[in-house]
Amino acid sequence: MTNLKIGEKIYSCEPEETVLDSLLRQDVDISYACKKGTCQSCMLRCTDGSPPKESQNNLKDTLKSQNYFLACCCVPEHDMAIRLPDQSEIFSEGTVIVNELLNRNTILLIVECHDILEYKAGQFVNLQREDGLTRSYSIANTPQETKTLEFHIRRLPGGKFSEWVHDILKVGDKLSVSEPQGHCFYIPERKEQGILLVGTGSGLAPLVGILTDALSHGHSGNIHLFHGSSEKEDLYRIDEMRQLAKKHENFSYTPCISGGNLVDGFEAGRANTVALAKVTDLKGWRVFLCGHPEMISQMKTQVFLKGVSIDDIYTDAFLVAAE
Amino acid sequence: MAESTSGSLFERIGGEAAVNAAVELFYRKVLADYRINRFFDNTNMEEQITKQKAFFTMAFGGPNSYTGQDMRNAHARLVKMGLDNSHFDAVMEHLGATLVELNVPADLIGEAAAIAESVRSDVLGK
Repeated sequence: MTNLKIGEKIYSCEPEETVLDSLLRQDVDISYACKKGTCQSCMLRCTDGSPPKESQNNLKDTLKSQNYFLACCCVPEHDMAIRLPDQSEIFSEGTVIVNELLNRNTILLIVECHDILEYKAGQFVNLQREDGLTRSYSIANTPQETKTLEFHIRRLPGGKFSEWVHDILKVGDKLSVSEPQGHCFYIPERKEQGILLVGTGSGLAPLVGILTDALSHGHSGNIHLFHGSSEKEDLYRIDEMRQLAKKHENFSYTPCISGGNLVDGFEAGRANTVALAKVTDLKGWRVFLCGHPEMISQMKTQVFLKGVSIDDIYTDAFLVAAE
Repeated sequence: MAESTSGSLFERIGGEAAVNAAVELFYRKVLADYRINRFFDNTNMEEQITKQKAFFTMAFGGPNSYTGQDMRNAHARLVKMGLDNSHFDAVMEHLGATLVELNVPADLIGEAAAIAESVRSDVLGK
């Protein structure tokens, strides 16, 4: 018999019994449906090591690497610590060390934070103000190296949190940072695979993080970044990306302007449209899409039809909070 | 694809690996088909792929817990949108083409098609 630890509670699991059956038997409220690994509604996370391999069949690589597993397919080999999906978030304290404009409406916020070994470029965290106001932002750097988290925060008219970050928050101030979430990040496998990165507005944040991560892992396949906005003034890090493209032969960068103006050195049109026109053969590629939800949903179907496997498509859609 | 003369169709056709190989090929054909792709607008792709896997498992006679009533409920919204025999035929066409592309032997394709055909009236709410 093995023990399952959830928070402070211990549940017993009989030999041959799955984690799902064990928890249901002991009245733990847990969602499930098919009980055969298809619907994935009983996905849980193991917090003390790797779950049995067969409990991770057909999960996305990024989920596997974070030790997510299907409770209905998991017969524990030894004791396991488990996290249920609805367990409340843990926040840690961060200190602002940089707060400066990247362009006319987007701020680079760098937060120093302890214990961020598990955080990955491209994932998102919830940032929380003292009074509890909370918003999600993507991680734009590889936190392990610098012990800091970088965010690109665009000012939304009437946006309570973004206006506070732009107008009031200053270097030295504290804010709370949640644990990392989301599955949109780089896995250092299949390094010869082509990578397509398409983002709009501050959707560049997770993409820059993923790009940095891929290059630092010596990714050898081609990497194409398409960053789009309606006006040139809403793009940023243009020179930096161009420098990076000069330095790395396998990396190319295409800034796109969709507002109708033709500007030298920029492509005219939406980033996703330009990307599909320029990169014609996407079979076997890995694709990251970040930014406008509509762009993401259209582009997802289009790259899938061009031969990208659904398991190789990673997305991070911006959802604006209703205020 | 694994070939053997005994066991269930699901096993003979190659089990879960065959389902995984078939599902994306099939779904691409469906999404690219103007006759039927409107039924797939506004659907979450991951959820769709999961459903397509269930569909293939069913067509291969594999372990599934779908009842005729489930089929009716799941497609009721589409029947309201005009789902009829011609659309079901188009899906059958893509099922066959997918399995041909994967070099599944013709007799096994026939068995799979017969299973899929058996849910026609439930899917169309008849």
